[in-house]
Amino acid sequence: MSTLLDVSNISKRFTVPRGMSGRPSTVHAVDDVSFSIAPGETLGLVGESGCGKSTVGKMIVRLLEPDEGQIRLDGEDITHASHRAMRPLRRKMQMIFQDPNGSLDPRQRSGDIVEEPLIVHGLGGSAERKAKVADLFARVGLRPDQMTNVPSKFSGGQRQRLAIARALALNPSLIVADEPVSALDVSIQAQVVNLMSDIQKEYGLAYLFIAHDLGIVQHISDRVAVMYLGRIVEIGDTAAVYRRPSHPYTRTLMEAVPRPDPARRHGRIKVPRGEVPSPLDPPPGCTFHPRCPIATDICRAERPALRRVASGAEAACHHAE
Amino acid sequence: MAPLLSVQGLTVELVTGERTFEAVSDLTFDVSRNEVLALVGESGSGKSMTALAIMRLLPEPVAEIIGGRILFGDVDLASASEARLMEIRGDRIGLIFQEPMTSLNPSIRVGPQVAEVLRLHKGLSVATARQRVEELFELVRIPDPKRRYDDYPHQMSGGMRQRVVIALALACDPDLLIADEPTTALDVTTQAQILETFRDLQASVGAATILITHDLAVVAETADRVAVMYAGRIVEEATTRQLFDSPRHPYTNGLLGSIPQIEDALDTATRQPLPEIPGMVPALWALPTGCAFAPRCPLARERCTRERPPLAGMEPGHRAACWYPVEVAR
Repeated sequence: MSTLLDVSNISKRFTVPRGMSGRPSTVHAVDDVSFSIAPGETLGLVGESGCGKSTVGKMIVRLLEPDEGQIRLDGEDITHASHRAMRPLRRKMQMIFQDPNGSLDPRQRSGDIVEEPLIVHGLGGSAERKAKVADLFARVGLRPDQMTNVPSKFSGGQRQRLAIARALALNPSLIVADEPVSALDVSIQAQVVNLMSDIQKEYGLAYLFIAHDLGIVQHISDRVAVMYLGRIVEIGDTAAVYRRPSHPYTRTLMEAVPRPDPARRHGRIKVPRGEVPSPLDPPPGCTFHPRCPIATDICRAERPALRRVASGAEAACHHAE
Repeated sequence: MAPLLSVQGLTVELVTGERTFEAVSDLTFDVSRNEVLALVGESGSGKSMTALAIMRLLPEPVAEIIGGRILFGDVDLASASEARLMEIRGDRIGLIFQEPMTSLNPSIRVGPQVAEVLRLHKGLSVATARQRVEELFELVRIPDPKRRYDDYPHQMSGGMRQRVVIALALACDPDLLIADEPTTALDVTTQAQILETFRDLQASVGAATILITHDLAVVAETADRVAVMYAGRIVEEATTRQLFDSPRHPYTNGLLGSIPQIEDALDTATRQPLPEIPGMVPALWALPTGCAFAPRCPLARERCTRERPPLAGMEPGHRAACWYPVEVAR
């Protein structure tokens, strides 16, 4: 299988001032993360707040520079590509955010927002561009008369459709989507998820789909990576990870998700122990060991590496089978 | 037994810029002691506005109660004086908001904040109040309550802060708890912990609870009864089991269908699209005549666009506002 995006051993550290008396300290926001995405494939990246999943997304689209490791897009090393060198690469890779307001100019008309990347990249004449914008509006389910509206005239779901239209304008091969539906109402979430699935098939798009909602991630992803405190603790085919979660943290996450089924309420939730430790002072060994029901001495001493387990996925756990 | 809280025909009017419209229309529901009633809806459904109206915390004059009664014991909260409300809020009624910092003062240590409420409403001494707060912290499972007493809110995690807010809401042993999206800002593992605490407390405290949420899974885990709101009105009300097993309103049915559930469609090759509710929620100032859901409804017929269906009994304990209710159990 060919590889579209290849991320190897990337790390990102942030320096945090530690209050009035303490010295500044370092957070390993992302610590030695590797994965790849094939053309047309969706990798779901899940985890709780602060696990580093958004930082991974930002490094891939080069909003942040990794401190270590390498990112290759279509075989080309883009880890430290200059702004100028990135320009042709931007055509291959786009990003969609949770809050489209942050990425859509509030004063610009929505038609111009979608057309802008075509102008920046010098694609097509004026008439051609206008036709392309009209196509994109129709494709994402916006009306032609909405082209003259500014984004504030749109509902949340429509703004996300607009962001998708702009991302599609350059025919990218990869879209990094960071919590693209978490701010939307339930009835609108389904619409946007279905739209993303449909255009994926049509355009042969690959997604890095970053989200905390395990139901949605399962629904859209071919493979899933679970992050905890800056590291991937489990990665594999969606069916393997969901049917037979191998890392105790993955199991904790799955069990914690409330199910819309009152018949199964009592005694079902296995409430996870404790809280996520501070990334400023992560535990030694396996960082999940203080909360892990099956931790032993080795877990407190040695950090487990990802390895193949029985489900077919890879898990970073000394005790996974 | 008379319900603890009886909301009758509550109507809230909102004035924004040049528009005046009803954010909540003719809302009627009861909550009894020991019962958790969930108010569920999407943005603009009026669920949070209802909570604010019950507490009389509406941002007047932008939003105002223009009709109906909110009977709490022998007091009509809708017309009670501010002095009377001050006695009731935080004493007989406890409040939990989505964002704990809405309720907490960032510059005061958490223990004394809760103690202050006890001294104000119950006239407890400093020492007794402190002791009671430590008990409350224990009750809401804050580990090491004696030490956490002197923490500032910023020294605690989001989950711990929300526990302090729950302790604050429970401090005066209220008759009614109103929780507005209490776990929405929390991560899923923290949410599971708080929901468990919530269920245990519900069993031991015995207050009536109104849980306001957009999340039907949270409803399934916690509520006894559910009222589903759409465009400012209750469109369906039932026990939690009835609602999830045999929803009668097409909107409820659509909502339940569109939640992507873990375990469903595991096989990536045969994956089906998520069932959608087409279109979007109408603007409250431009509601269609008839049923507000009709333009998005797969079962709508001519009558739906003409006449608004009343909230009518379907079976005991189950009401729905629909001319052609869903017949098939899920």
